[in-house]
Amino acid sequence: MPLTSRVRGGALLGVAPFLAFTTIFLAVPTLVVVVGAFVDSAGRPTLANVAGLRQGYILDALVSTLELSLGTAVVGAVIGAPLAYAVVTAAPEGMLRRSVSAVCGVLAQFGGVTLAFAFLATVGSQGFVTLYLSDHTGLTVPGDLLYGLRGLGLVYVYFQIPLMVIVFLPALDGVRVQWREATETLGGSTWQYWRHVAGPLLMPAFLGSTLLLFANAFAAYATAAALVSQGSPILPLVVRATFTSEVVLGQANLGKAIALTMVVVVAIVMTGYAWLQRRTSRWVG
Amino acid sequence: MTSRFKTGVLAVVVTTTALVTAACAPPADTPTAAASSAGAATSATAFGGMDALVAAAKKEGQLNVIALPPDWANYGEVITAFTAKYGIKVNSAQPDAASQDEINAATQLKGQSTAPDVFDLGQAVALANTAMFAPYQVATFADVPADLKDANGTWVNDYGGYMSIGYDAGKVPAPTSMQDLLKPAYKGKVALNGDPTQAGAAFAGVAMAALANGGSADDISKGVAFFTDLKKAGNFLPVDPTPATVQSGQTPVVIDWDYLNVGQSTKLKGKVDWKVVVPANAVLGGYYVQAISKDAPHPAAARLWQEFLYSDEGQNLWLKGGARPVRQDVMAKAGTIDKTAFAALPPVSGTPVFLTQAQSDTAKAYLTANWRKAIG
Amino acid sequence: MAGLQRARVRRQATFRWVVVAVVGTFFALPLLGMLEFTTRAPGGGRTAAVWRTVADLSGLRTTYPELWAGLKASGALVVLTVLIMLVLLVPTMTWVRLRVPRLRRTIEFICLLPLTIPAIVLVVGLAPVYAWVTYLLGGSSAWLCFAYVVLVLPYCYRALDAGLSAIDVRTLAEAARSLGAGWGTVMVRVILPNVRTAVLSASFLAVALVLGEFTIASLLHRDNLQVGINQLGQRDAQVAVAVSFAALALAFVLLLVLSFAGHRRTRRPLATPLTEEPA
Repeated sequence: MPLTSRVRGGALLGVAPFLAFTTIFLAVPTLVVVVGAFVDSAGRPTLANVAGLRQGYILDALVSTLELSLGTAVVGAVIGAPLAYAVVTAAPEGMLRRSVSAVCGVLAQFGGVTLAFAFLATVGSQGFVTLYLSDHTGLTVPGDLLYGLRGLGLVYVYFQIPLMVIVFLPALDGVRVQWREATETLGGSTWQYWRHVAGPLLMPAFLGSTLLLFANAFAAYATAAALVSQGSPILPLVVRATFTSEVVLGQANLGKAIALTMVVVVAIVMTGYAWLQRRTSRWVG
Repeated sequence: MTSRFKTGVLAVVVTTTALVTAACAPPADTPTAAASSAGAATSATAFGGMDALVAAAKKEGQLNVIALPPDWANYGEVITAFTAKYGIKVNSAQPDAASQDEINAATQLKGQSTAPDVFDLGQAVALANTAMFAPYQVATFADVPADLKDANGTWVNDYGGYMSIGYDAGKVPAPTSMQDLLKPAYKGKVALNGDPTQAGAAFAGVAMAALANGGSADDISKGVAFFTDLKKAGNFLPVDPTPATVQSGQTPVVIDWDYLNVGQSTKLKGKVDWKVVVPANAVLGGYYVQAISKDAPHPAAARLWQEFLYSDEGQNLWLKGGARPVRQDVMAKAGTIDKTAFAALPPVSGTPVFLTQAQSDTAKAYLTANWRKAIG
Repeated sequence: MAGLQRARVRRQATFRWVVVAVVGTFFALPLLGMLEFTTRAPGGGRTAAVWRTVADLSGLRTTYPELWAGLKASGALVVLTVLIMLVLLVPTMTWVRLRVPRLRRTIEFICLLPLTIPAIVLVVGLAPVYAWVTYLLGGSSAWLCFAYVVLVLPYCYRALDAGLSAIDVRTLAEAARSLGAGWGTVMVRVILPNVRTAVLSASFLAVALVLGEFTIASLLHRDNLQVGINQLGQRDAQVAVAVSFAALALAFVLLLVLSFAGHRRTRRPLATPLTEEPA
């Protein structure tokens, strides 16, 4: 017994640096938020922060964030999936697939300031599309388009579509060409193939990817921070406001309660994603 | 048993570490004897006079300031002048940070050589954090009116101004009142400097709108209603105005402190015809606060910086940036004021209104609950 | 059959180009917008002046100190984050496969955990931790690398996991050990060369993420490229847009190069499904 336990102890030692690092920089910050949500500024336990979540402006922001995330996830998935399919049907070593993958890899990551600049230069009040439309067609792009939820939706779609391509590609790769041939041999039409064969097989992966997109939008901060300066319409901006406001002070622990709410929402969504993904891998992938 | 037991132990260890980390700030470095005596000095006399203070500050050689944009109240020139005069290097961190960021930085960097030495804060943030300040009375302390400072010098108002409308005279007609901004000529053109639930200047902007629309210092709701109307008219532009947006013509009308708007005029001279007006029926004033950090890594330089800011030279530099220095009345009487800069300030007619702490608190509660809806 | 297939291939080709063209236009417009904006001359017309400013690196340093500080910090962060990530993950993941396979799910769970914690939330919890980091190590922006390692964990874990699954770690290690190699040698001379592609792709992902990070740096009051660009945007929008465009192009080239360096689809950027077995 002492021998085995020493061996096991030694084996665990090899994992110690990793565990130490993740404890300090992952577990501790998470617990700071969780614990902070339930104490007051003097460190005494309280439920006041959680009760404070019921304030109208926080609930409004929660609803807006959910709507924004759902809307951009669905649009991103519905546009991203056909694009992923288009890429899959191309030559695997071809330039199209390589460049689309590389572009998507970059655009799914590069949110924030860069993305805000890009859209301001396009459909901002001095943007070239805005100017072109008003000069040539008489159509006007609303001057405050980019600074509200509608604008955020448009900008978010810009990183949601590439993310969809990236997460949905592996599932599409798993679709065997033999299934299609089998359908055709049995006299099935393209519609029947999608309706009865590929569709049902890909559905869990499609829904799972949509959930991942939802979580991605829900957690996004930088893009909104770079664009929206009035009214903190979404939760990440409300969290920031509780920490940096020079007008309303002493809300740090309320901010932690809001942050905890965000973790709960994302955790639920990601659990659903993992479950759907497991169902997918049984068939494709 | 061991596996579950180990998990349990691990959980306890992690939780304890988290609690300890969260509850305890890291200890500050023990200051050296010289630094701690400088850190306790409440006036230049404690050093043995102004010359000794200068010598002590020069020995430290550096000063950390934070959240001082070069185009804000002429801080760019203030910093250059200070360095030129005393040979002390000024490290300017995060020029665009807000007041609360200054306090956060001081807490996070406590005990470090990079921690801020001095603060320039909005009144609300200053009053909530007096425990972090070291009391100090500059040579000209007596010139500052009693209601604009803490009696011990823990904090002192430094410069202030009135809420104003800045506008690009080449793009829009000159507004004379807040109501003018509701006209179609200002469609999609009116910006407020920040979110009033977060930025002091924007908060004051809404308060000014309240004064202009039948509200009072006690009732900010009329101001919020004004911005709702502005939004409905399609005139409100929810953009944070910056020198870049003003220059590019993206924000042709900006509601902001008069010294910031005047600063834009100076900066953009020749490029944009930027004019500033303080609406006659709504004069809302506000002062910023100067304080020394209790944990200043360069305590003597911090105190010398204060002496410089409240000297005639420092006060006139602020004035040159369009800010109204706190000693301006005394200096005007003594004839030491920069008369050109004084005359160039936007004219003000009517009695200025200053919000009391209680009035601010009521207004904040109302804004927190209603601002988002008002402009959403 | 053959006819059917040919028709399908044709249909797919048409479909492919229509979809790529339509979506491509949507993606191209904002990028064009950036290019167009950076070439605007004051008073109308076109100029390359902005791009000349950006290309002049030494001039950039004095004229735009905030940008220079950000560039320097991001450079250091890229190197430190990749190094720490590799030193932390490769030995741990190899060790777990060899000696404590029971812990594999736990390690995977920990590595994927950051996916459920939004950066804005992490930053809230990191503030007190960084007070200690500052106390012990100083306030340099480079220490953001610890937080960034956490951010890149999920993506790098997956890339490395795919690489390690493709080789027989156990046999390789046992063979080397029986020939008298120490654990260090096994790691550096046996395992690493065999997962080169995975290490490379994990590193590239980390680089892309670090170059694009804004949330944590800005809220913890540190400098990095994005924070610098954002500050610059308030002063000189054209130069700021030009620099962000350049950063975007650089990241694109990096990933394209990577797709050629890697073997056939061993690498899947970003987010291969959580539980999917490596192809």
